[in-house]
Amino acid sequence: MLRYVLKRLLSLIVTLAVASMVIFAVIEVAPGDPASFMLGVNAQPDTVAALRTELGLDQPKAERYLSWIGNMLTGDFGTSYTYRSSVAQIIGDRLWVSVPLALYALILSTVIAFPAGIYAAARRGKAGDAAVMGGTQLGVAVPNFWFAMMLVLIFAINLRWFGAGGFPGWSKGVFPAIKALTLPAIALALPQAAILTRVMRSSLIDVLGEDFMRTARAKGLTRSQAIWRHGVRNALIPVLTILGLQVSFLIAGAIVIEQVFYLPGLGRLIFQSINARDLIVVESVVMLLVFAVVLINFLVDIAYSIVDPRLRQRT
Amino acid sequence: MSLLQIHDLSLSIGAFDILKRVSFDVAEGEIVAVTGESGSGKSMTALAVMQLMPDRARAVGSVQLDGQELLTMPEARMCKIRGARVGMVFQEPMTALNPVKTIGAQVMETILLHTDASKADAEAQAREVLTRVGLPPDRFPLTRFPHELSGGQRQRVVIAMAIALRPRLLIADEPTTALDVTTQAQILDLLKELVADYGMGMLMITHDLAVVAGMADRIVVMRHGEVVETGLTRQLFANMQHPYTKMLFEASRHEVDLPDVPPAAPLLEVKGAVRDYALPRTQLFAPRQHFRAVKGVSFTLNKGERLGLVGESGCGKSTLTRAILGLEPLQGGEILLNGKPVASGGQANTAVRRQMQVVFQDPFGSFNPRHRVERLVTEPFHLLDNPPTGAARQKAIDEALTAVGLKPSDARKFIHEFSGGQRQRIAIARALIIRPDIILFDEAVSALDVSVRAQILDLIADLCRSYGLSYLFISHDLSVVRTITDRVMVMKSGEIVEEGATETVFNDPQHPYTRALIAAAPVLPDPVAEAI
Amino acid sequence: MSRANVNLILGTLLVAALGGLALLALVWTPYDVNVMNIAGKLKPPSAEHWLGTDQLGRDILSMIMVGAGTSITVAALAVAVGLVFGIPLGLLAAAHKGGLIDETIMRLNDVVFAFPFLCLAILITAVLGASAGNAVLAFGIFNIPVFARVTRGGALSLWEREFIMSAQVSGKGVARISAEHILPNVLNLLIVQGTIQFALGIQVEAALSFIGLGVQPPTPSLGRMLADAQTLVTLAPHMAIFPGMAIILIVLGLNLMGDGLRDLLDPRLSGERT
Repeated sequence: MLRYVLKRLLSLIVTLAVASMVIFAVIEVAPGDPASFMLGVNAQPDTVAALRTELGLDQPKAERYLSWIGNMLTGDFGTSYTYRSSVAQIIGDRLWVSVPLALYALILSTVIAFPAGIYAAARRGKAGDAAVMGGTQLGVAVPNFWFAMMLVLIFAINLRWFGAGGFPGWSKGVFPAIKALTLPAIALALPQAAILTRVMRSSLIDVLGEDFMRTARAKGLTRSQAIWRHGVRNALIPVLTILGLQVSFLIAGAIVIEQVFYLPGLGRLIFQSINARDLIVVESVVMLLVFAVVLINFLVDIAYSIVDPRLRQRT
Repeated sequence: MSLLQIHDLSLSIGAFDILKRVSFDVAEGEIVAVTGESGSGKSMTALAVMQLMPDRARAVGSVQLDGQELLTMPEARMCKIRGARVGMVFQEPMTALNPVKTIGAQVMETILLHTDASKADAEAQAREVLTRVGLPPDRFPLTRFPHELSGGQRQRVVIAMAIALRPRLLIADEPTTALDVTTQAQILDLLKELVADYGMGMLMITHDLAVVAGMADRIVVMRHGEVVETGLTRQLFANMQHPYTKMLFEASRHEVDLPDVPPAAPLLEVKGAVRDYALPRTQLFAPRQHFRAVKGVSFTLNKGERLGLVGESGCGKSTLTRAILGLEPLQGGEILLNGKPVASGGQANTAVRRQMQVVFQDPFGSFNPRHRVERLVTEPFHLLDNPPTGAARQKAIDEALTAVGLKPSDARKFIHEFSGGQRQRIAIARALIIRPDIILFDEAVSALDVSVRAQILDLIADLCRSYGLSYLFISHDLSVVRTITDRVMVMKSGEIVEEGATETVFNDPQHPYTRALIAAAPVLPDPVAEAI
Repeated sequence: MSRANVNLILGTLLVAALGGLALLALVWTPYDVNVMNIAGKLKPPSAEHWLGTDQLGRDILSMIMVGAGTSITVAALAVAVGLVFGIPLGLLAAAHKGGLIDETIMRLNDVVFAFPFLCLAILITAVLGASAGNAVLAFGIFNIPVFARVTRGGALSLWEREFIMSAQVSGKGVARISAEHILPNVLNLLIVQGTIQFALGIQVEAALSFIGLGVQPPTPSLGRMLADAQTLVTLAPHMAIFPGMAIILIVLGLNLMGDGLRDLLDPRLSGERT
């Protein structure tokens, strides 16, 4: 078990190292150099020179890369050029919107998808299955930001059940904050729930064809007992992978969805920073998001070994 | 009244009639074996008794357990019977257990489901029954997962689940087909003991007449969904009535005539072959451990000789085969064909390889489904510097197909248009087409029904006469090796433990392992001796 | 008729209908999308403008026809990038399973997958500039590991098959076996994955253009139309509804086609083993 964890941990570190180099390299290829790129074509030469010094562009590339990494490890993400404040501070504020939103959407999609997928698998080929599958086809096809606009149109503008956007902050109480995140979370969760339902269904259908399911029936378990006691847990193994990938899609989706609902989250930050050409913020936020994705996939790998004993002590 | 009475059971799936008016009984304490080739409906009969047929199957007739009709029984009541009054053991122990649950939990589940036993009681009972099937909890704790057990041990767990509540009837569907011969013997003994101890009736499904002969009190022979003959084992073997039964029996103990071996001249020489596999690291930075699959094997196969290689799964025979084909590098020793190495510097030697061909086990997996037969059988031409083209190529295809008993017109067909036996003929045609000096038969008849197997063995013997074949015949099946080889080697744990003329080794085995193998192999009764 | 066929026919019809409209737009549209008509702006659907007009008075149906073409082109090119690079990499990795090449390719895959996809696209477009070409590049890069994985996965199981061993015994090399035996047998998987990535590409183009990082004005694209609609959704909901439905129909069509093809091509479902 420990060996397995160590192995995954090693691959996590390698992935992060390579990803950080990629991000650094992409920023480096910005036309001209990062300083003139950030300030645009009309900047005064001495302003550019000042920013150069501030960014340490006169130092060798390798040194700058290492100090970027080193500073991030100590929690220093640099200073935003546009906000003139610590990037760590800005990110910290935005996390209070983005993390709850992603969690909210993840929970919603799981709560919808698991029962729907199990139901469809158990009724494979029947009307209930066809209905669920038809629904998922539609759910997968709907772009989440368009769905978000429709939600706003119906529930905010016509019915006035929710606000059309914005975020009151957690200081005004939990309920208004949750309420403000509800439509965005639904918009994010729906396409993900559709995908997850399909994966759950096909995974469970595969498991239902396994020999041990027949063994379970031969013991005297009813069909549904066999599905719940022996099928679902085995079916979860591939579902976990998708669940891990979903986090990546939720984070990406949030960039667009936060835009629709004017939510001050990481997605909107990244978007605003790109428009403001604030590469320091872009660089750090992207790295942070990569870290989140890699970490979650690491956790998924660990979760595997809990679900599947074969992974715990592979010799 | 019998324990199980099957009367006029017919079963169809869609437009296909799988079972046609099947009738037979199983009495308490009696072992009834249903035998037949693939497609005979024997397994479907077992599933019909359990009422676990495929969804679209429709059954009519009568299946009664202790006088209760099972075919019309509501599903809820049927669930109470399964596991409690009828237990079932399946063919494939590797997949019959839930991989994410411990063996203790899986055995206890049967008990908890059907009785009011507390968890502690159920656990005690599970311990008891696992001990009974030869898995004492002090050596095999209940917390083990299936993947921590061997195939034979897993089959014992499946048996424990099936007999935990002392069912009246035990159904065993090919319970030992997936197991090695020595394990098979142990499992068969265990089943026999359990039937005697518990007074259960047992319905056993098997394709292997030799297993039937040693186990069953009565035999039911099925073909194409019909019972063709049934009778007490001894009487049936002594006095077979139906031609199909006779054919099955003859095919099962089929022997072929091999031509004489020419004077010894070495063809294939294996000298101290060693093959290591790197194991995954046990510690992150520790040096890699190696598993030695082949431990310094040496032997010589002479021109015109038919050499057998027998051993159980994991003994290294497949690895050795792949090394001879030049598909795996050796860590020590060398393999020479006609005095030249089959591989040098990790690369297979084309000049040598064109003198060697192989026939694999799986008649379904060994052909690219997208190509026509003519393209499939001519694939080895790739080894030649100047492969024949046009009329010469056509002639070679016609000859090869004719030699294996197919028609030249079959060349235009796709592989899915052929049966398993025909596909194996095509595989042999492919091996023959470049007239290699040696052919490797890697479990080449193991996946075939006995009647087809007998035909393929005849074909091989014919080809020995017409083509003067030399081959290495790799198999786990002792009876086949005995008839199709002149000399045999017994392999165990990467080493050859015994070697000698086939008849000598079988009649007077020297090594204890060879003796154990031969003793464990089920044998068909001699009809003449039985009749007296 | 089996469900596979229903999916396939329905999907093909949808794709053909939308694709046909996009093709038609190359030679004819109801109105010229480059001509503005401020007087007739934000009109709801009517007899002249079936789907209404936008904030510049352009005909939405015509915009959708042209925009669908843009979206389809971007998605198709990105899939092509993924196929061209992904297939050889996947074949190579499978042929040298566990070797250095395989490990390197798979680790690089992990790195690309570690980027939340839009982040990668955003990073690329942020630095190289927002344009349709860079959107293709960004999604194309993301597609490479997707197709490499699918190819490798299918190829790995094929390398275990006995007919590949027969080919090896016949002296065929890795490249030849990969081209002759492996590739044709993983083509099914690739076609299915291709339609899925195509559908995803339509959505990605829409999302990128929606936040202004994809197709640039004045070229119409479905995503850009939605971006224009966002601020006007209260005044002119039809500006959001119809382009969105066009996206849904194309994606739905492609996904149905993918499902249908998978069922049709799956060897487990065909009668091969009877």
